[in-house]
Amino acid sequence: MAAPTPEDSSSTHVEKKSKQKLSKRYWEETKNTDQKKPEEEPSKDVQNQSEATVKERSLKRKKGESDQPVKEDPFPGQAPIPTERLQKFRRGEKHKAPAGAGRKLKEAIVFSESVSELAQKQAARYDLLLPEDAGFLEGDEGEDTSTISQDDIADAVDITSGSKYFNLHLSQFGPYRLDYSRNGRHLLLGGRKGHVACIDWQSKDLMCEMNVMETVNDVKWLHTEAMFAVAQKKWLYIYDSKGVELHCVKKFNDVLKMQFLPYHFLLATASATGFLQYLDVSVGKEVAAINTKLGRLDVMAQNPYNAVVHLGHPNGTVSLWSPNQREPLVKMLCHRGAVRSLTVDKTGMHMVTSGLDRKLKVYDIRAFKPLHSCFLPAGASCLSLSQKGLLSAATGDVVQVYKNACGSSTLSKPYMAHRLRGQVCGLAYCPFEDVLGIGHDQGFTSMIVPGAGEPNFDALDTNPYRSFKQRQEWEVKALLEKVQPELIGLDPGQLGKVDHASFEQRHKERVEALGFDPLAKEKFKPVKKKKGRSSAGSVEKRKRKVAHEDQRDIIRQSVQEKMDRQKELEEKSKEKRDLGMKTTLDRFRK
Amino acid sequence: MKVKVLCRNPDDYVRETTRDIQKVPRNYDPTLHPFEVPREYTRALNATKLERVFAKPFVASLDGHRDGISCIVKHSKSLSTVLSGACDGEVKVWNLPKRECMRTVQAHEGFVRGMCSRFCGTSFFTVGDDKTIKQWNMEAPGYGVREEPINTILGKAVFTGIDHHHREGTFATCGQTVDIWDEQRSSPIRSFSWGVDSFSSVRYNPVETELLASCASDRSVVLYDTRESAPLRKVIMQLRSNTLCWNPMEAYYFTCANEDYNLYTYDIRHLDVPVTVHMDHVSAVLDVDYSPTGREFVSASFDKTVRIFQKDKGHSREVYHTKRMQHVISVRWSADNKYIMSGSDEMNIRLWKANASEKLGLLSTREKAAANYNKKLIEKFQHHPQVRRIARHRHLPRDVLKQKREQREMKEARRRKEQNVRKHSKPGSVPLLTEKEKHVVAVVE
Repeated sequence: MAAPTPEDSSSTHVEKKSKQKLSKRYWEETKNTDQKKPEEEPSKDVQNQSEATVKERSLKRKKGESDQPVKEDPFPGQAPIPTERLQKFRRGEKHKAPAGAGRKLKEAIVFSESVSELAQKQAARYDLLLPEDAGFLEGDEGEDTSTISQDDIADAVDITSGSKYFNLHLSQFGPYRLDYSRNGRHLLLGGRKGHVACIDWQSKDLMCEMNVMETVNDVKWLHTEAMFAVAQKKWLYIYDSKGVELHCVKKFNDVLKMQFLPYHFLLATASATGFLQYLDVSVGKEVAAINTKLGRLDVMAQNPYNAVVHLGHPNGTVSLWSPNQREPLVKMLCHRGAVRSLTVDKTGMHMVTSGLDRKLKVYDIRAFKPLHSCFLPAGASCLSLSQKGLLSAATGDVVQVYKNACGSSTLSKPYMAHRLRGQVCGLAYCPFEDVLGIGHDQGFTSMIVPGAGEPNFDALDTNPYRSFKQRQEWEVKALLEKVQPELIGLDPGQLGKVDHASFEQRHKERVEALGFDPLAKEKFKPVKKKKGRSSAGSVEKRKRKVAHEDQRDIIRQSVQEKMDRQKELEEKSKEKRDLGMKTTLDRFRK
Repeated sequence: MKVKVLCRNPDDYVRETTRDIQKVPRNYDPTLHPFEVPREYTRALNATKLERVFAKPFVASLDGHRDGISCIVKHSKSLSTVLSGACDGEVKVWNLPKRECMRTVQAHEGFVRGMCSRFCGTSFFTVGDDKTIKQWNMEAPGYGVREEPINTILGKAVFTGIDHHHREGTFATCGQTVDIWDEQRSSPIRSFSWGVDSFSSVRYNPVETELLASCASDRSVVLYDTRESAPLRKVIMQLRSNTLCWNPMEAYYFTCANEDYNLYTYDIRHLDVPVTVHMDHVSAVLDVDYSPTGREFVSASFDKTVRIFQKDKGHSREVYHTKRMQHVISVRWSADNKYIMSGSDEMNIRLWKANASEKLGLLSTREKAAANYNKKLIEKFQHHPQVRRIARHRHLPRDVLKQKREQREMKEARRRKEQNVRKHSKPGSVPLLTEKEKHVVAVVE
């Protein structure tokens, strides 16, 4: 009776009855003895039983069970991870050991695969612990979210968030260009007529304000909020956050647009003379100056995934540039008229362009194919994509925000819209905030766009709440792992892949130098067997067996190839047949 | 209308007091961390450079001997004690942490040819040019008491090497023959010879303790089993081996240091072809010793360098040399796998780090983590040309470098000639021999 009966062990933990049965209670004891009494007769039997229980116990101890009731875990093992979340952290395809790989290589591949799988799973599990959720805006039934005004939103949300909708009336020196620092804390404004200001926009602290007494074409933060670059009428200037002029870079003249590549510490500038120049801001050297020979460059964007610079041209083409190549990496014809604006999303998959033909097009820039396009009545003069993939387009004095712009379906009605007082000149989403900054003729407007920003930042990469000391530490680390400009290319993961081409080249050279192929398959040498089993005949037989096996492999391969080819041909001919034999009656066929 | 806007409370992200640690919320989303591979590569490159910057392997020099060091022995129980014998018959006992000599014994007249420590660490044996085997107490005698050996055995011929059994009270010497001695007796309990005139070194297997290997002057390495009356088998090579060492972890492997500038690792089950040929020295290799992990070994050479090899790699991973170090006669890897002792002709024992760029002393957890991370990064990107170039670069003394170039040229010429001969002779009559097959002449059972 001390031992749980087989019934008990099989029953689930949920049943309370079994639990009661298992725990020793005085009344049960009596009941059992009562039951047993008539059956049990002599003390010998009792003794036997006690012996049996002792044996059972010892057996159990061996098995590692205890007399306590075993509570089964209703959810055994680790919690399952949803596949989409696992997919999010997947890096490339799984490796398989190639056929004919040695034991060592196979083991190494299996081990590294298991390690990367573990890392992927742990990262996916950690995703559950992220503290913040993304924002959203949902209208009531029949209410269009695009009709909700900013004032209503600002009233509906808490005070801190509400204060993120504000206007700066700066009618004197506009229109304004703007840039948010990488962690989203600081805002840089540059008015066309020379007004430059930087603001801690959340606390509305003015860090510096000045008038450079020259035309300002563009402004850009450098790697920290301590320095920014201003493209002025003639040259490029670099100021610190107090407005002190640090450098005047006279090699960079007539700059119209700028982009900063944060991991490479490169400032890419596009000039009116058609030059694309790269300035390494960590050492102050010009890395590359490329004469694009494509005229005035006033449309520019960077691909944050691979640091390739996209330029839009008056003839409707968009060209992709890296500092290592004199010619564009890719040139694609996007619009019938000139390209007015373009932007690339942070995953580096999609590019959105707008042109003078008043079209807005979304491209897949891994396949260089258009996904979809739509017609905007006035055409978009400025485009910007948020971290969560919201697309904002400025048409005249109206800014429209679209959801799912990078999906497969075409753009429908806007998610939000906002009318401003003047023509829009600059658009930028604030990183890690639900805020869209708009620079226009009459100053600057900060607009709330719920669901635009990434809710959870990574403090080792970009930390909006970092202290002075943390910023210093981060700066040193970032400088140490500055990526060299030579590594900019269309595929940033190229370095982690096996370089087959140069291996083949090296192997060819080696074969020439040695006079034989060191990697060639060795000719089969039959093992010498003892006890008379190594007669000439049996050796020959063994040799032939191996030779046949090899031949079979070759035949199998060639048959496979043949089958594939036939299949392809069949498919092609079928397509042709389908096209050629179609009659009017075919439409009634199933 | 339902609306939610991102609004973070700074209290959740900023530490409360300056005594707190900083809050570092993480998000491992790959899109927030672009350029993973190039950044990791940059880190690996930096780690490789720093490894070379911090590669300062020389720790200390123990001077005090008045003649060249002929042999070094590790104490079998104490990490801090090392014994060394010199060419003037002097034996010194060193304290490594203090870097000072604790005791000096005039053990022999002429060279101290070989030394070994008893497995219990209470005494040690020396053999010398004066045809004697002496057993000494590890403890120094009291003040004013003369240094006397516990036991002295007079042999018939000069002994060139000695090694002690790893568990029992027997030891083996070599000279004209390989002799097995009982500690209690004054004559060998067994003598092995196989038609050769002398042996240069003898070593007991640390695992299969009845197994012995010795290097003979007829270019062979001979294996013995002390339970049998005759030697087991021998492999004859093209040139003579000087010393050998068993792998302490995979004790079916041994490595012998050869006169032809190479080291050969053999599997005792297949003596006909060495498992690996370790090349890089530019002169005769004089001594070899395995690390206690059995993954690496260190070799000393007449070319005034000490090299560290991985057990399955054909080329060395590290070379140590100094301006003043002359021909290195003996070398030992310390039992804690951290240091290397080398004894050379110019009377100094040098202490080196086994891992040149390792930081000595206690490491904090973060230091350890960073070191491990850097190690893994270097391993991951080791085949990239930039990383490999920096990781492989070693400064060599001018004459070693010259000799290396010269030998490469000679080898190339030999290869070219052979290729030409093969081209102009009957196909198959000049077989292609791999580097491993070239050096073994015969295996005799």
